[in-house]
Amino acid sequence: MLDSWTSDAPAKLFGVSDIGVTPRQLKVSRGTSDKVFRGFILAGALFSLIVLALISGFLMYRGFGIFKDFGFSFFTSSKWEAAADDGSAPAHFGVAAMLVGSFVVSVIAVAIAVPFAMAVSLFLEYYAPYSLRYVLTTILDLVASIPSVIWGIWGYTILMPHAVGWSKTLNHWLGWFPLFDVPAPIFERSPFIAGMLLAMMILPIVTSVAREVYSQAPRDQIDAAYGLGSSKWGAMRTVVLPFGKSGLIGGTMLGLGRALGETVAVYLVLNLVFKVNFHILASVGGNVASLIASRFGEASPYELKALMAAGLVLFFMTLIVNFIATTIVNRSKVPS
Amino acid sequence: MNAIATEVTPVTPRKPWKNTRATLKTATINGFFSAVLATALYTFTGLDGILGWYVSFIISVMVVMAIVSKVTGNGKSIADQVAPVVISAGFATVMIPWISLIGTVVQRGVKGIYTGFFTHDMLVNSMDEPLNVGGISHAIIGTLIIVGIATIIAAPLGIIAALYIVEINGKAARFVRFLTQAMSGVPSIVAGLFIYSTVIITVTHKNNAFAGSLALAILMLPTVARTSEEVLKVVPREIRDASYALGATQVRTTLRVVLPTVRSGLITATILGVARVAGETAPLLLTSQYFVRFTTNMFNSTMASLPTYVFGALRTGTENSLARAWSASLVLIAIVVFLSVIARLLGGRSTGRK
Repeated sequence: MLDSWTSDAPAKLFGVSDIGVTPRQLKVSRGTSDKVFRGFILAGALFSLIVLALISGFLMYRGFGIFKDFGFSFFTSSKWEAAADDGSAPAHFGVAAMLVGSFVVSVIAVAIAVPFAMAVSLFLEYYAPYSLRYVLTTILDLVASIPSVIWGIWGYTILMPHAVGWSKTLNHWLGWFPLFDVPAPIFERSPFIAGMLLAMMILPIVTSVAREVYSQAPRDQIDAAYGLGSSKWGAMRTVVLPFGKSGLIGGTMLGLGRALGETVAVYLVLNLVFKVNFHILASVGGNVASLIASRFGEASPYELKALMAAGLVLFFMTLIVNFIATTIVNRSKVPS
Repeated sequence: MNAIATEVTPVTPRKPWKNTRATLKTATINGFFSAVLATALYTFTGLDGILGWYVSFIISVMVVMAIVSKVTGNGKSIADQVAPVVISAGFATVMIPWISLIGTVVQRGVKGIYTGFFTHDMLVNSMDEPLNVGGISHAIIGTLIIVGIATIIAAPLGIIAALYIVEINGKAARFVRFLTQAMSGVPSIVAGLFIYSTVIITVTHKNNAFAGSLALAILMLPTVARTSEEVLKVVPREIRDASYALGATQVRTTLRVVLPTVRSGLITATILGVARVAGETAPLLLTSQYFVRFTTNMFNSTMASLPTYVFGALRTGTENSLARAWSASLVLIAIVVFLSVIARLLGGRSTGRK
């Protein structure tokens, strides 16, 4: 706040510099108490930097042995086997199947959630009756706070029986396409079902970002579209949607980041199998987060290191996705 | 002065935004034909159940609207007619799982709730026993303790981060905001794994509740920081300037003027943070885990919490344990929704509305 006093903005404003008078520069001198205070606040604010550094540092330190032992095959192999007790078979750890599984499930989630998020945000911003908007927005916010374990139990008991039926229909009509083919006719706990559940869970966050950018669409351009005789949908299509495009992409990436890191819900509705699988209706899948949750309990110290390494991979994956997302979202926002 | 005598005929203002009788009539007729078509679709295709009828009804509405616009030719294209239907139907479809989820949790959860459910723990009862014995008192208190400690750690740090961005607004402000955004993307299981690898492996050598609090604090901090930042931005510049003009230092201005102004907003931010982490399961599975009875031992013992209770009951997998999971879910969802509503009531317009 105080720093703006030192600028020469007032001088420019009054044209003083035009007549050759250099304005006096104000120098802010702070007392000791302010210096201490500012230092304290800065130290507290940098706490998140320390935490992020510690997370990557410690997981790297714990998982380093694994990266050294398996090298690049940790990423390319999908075999996850602890050493046999009698020492006959050595341990082998690779996260390829889980990495692919994470992306398959998250991409399904995003593909389902984004069209609905667009509809919901357009509805809330432009179509819903005024009296309903506040209530509906509040409900959306409350849905966003439903814990993932409850989504998981609901997905397992209520969604899955329905989704198995839809899977069968999809497989019946589109089974010739490899994506919808299944090696064995088991449709429970498939990536498709997990993706659908994740779509419902990430919808609020994608919607909130989309709604924010849609609401910032320039009012005069919308009115201009109406003035030229456009229908409401015409105004949406020519003004609001193009304006909100980059924001929507950012929100989508944010949702992708959430979906990649989701643990308990995926653990409950997805069958963890260490095999790279692109048949989304088959009961074979997994993601890195649910791998950690399911193996953690009975892991040997060596396997625990492998889980730490997997956690590190997940951490960097979500960090990169989130970084891209926030960059896009921040750029798409109109400075206020 | 006499007013000029003129006949004033009262004119009723037109209300072009109101639905006229004609539009209502068209809507009724369209709805009727859509329902007929939907029933036909429902009967002759493989769709079944309420969901099946719903899907066929939406398809029918679109088809009828398209045909009507083609036949009457009222100047609107097919896309103009169908788009509002698609958008409204999209919203309605999204609400189906919400209603189903809340409905199921309430309907199945109520069965297991009796007064003892809130006063007993699971020391002498197993998950599989009938629902009239045992309870979740230990899990409720455990959640309160774990989340409470997490709040004590995370709320001040979150508010300090927000203070740096808004009040100090120094060179690193953008960097700090970027860091909190990056931190909000840390997956919950990674937070748990991190605390496990640092606190539990290195220091305590066994699972304990305090480690769970630390893991939750990591997840809570970004939420508090972001909301507090929004809240602090609303403070008018004039009152800061007034304080400076009276000769106050920045530390006095912040502590005596800015923070008291936004007290309720900061409480809202904290409650939103609590609601964010109260249902977190994955980090607690790795850190505080589960314990069958009530304990206040933060450092030497595992501790039950509602999410891990639900998870444990689910994994037991019998009929009775599943019913327990639903009942505990109902309590958990009630707590989280209650907190969110309180936060919104306190925050009022500044955070709830645009």
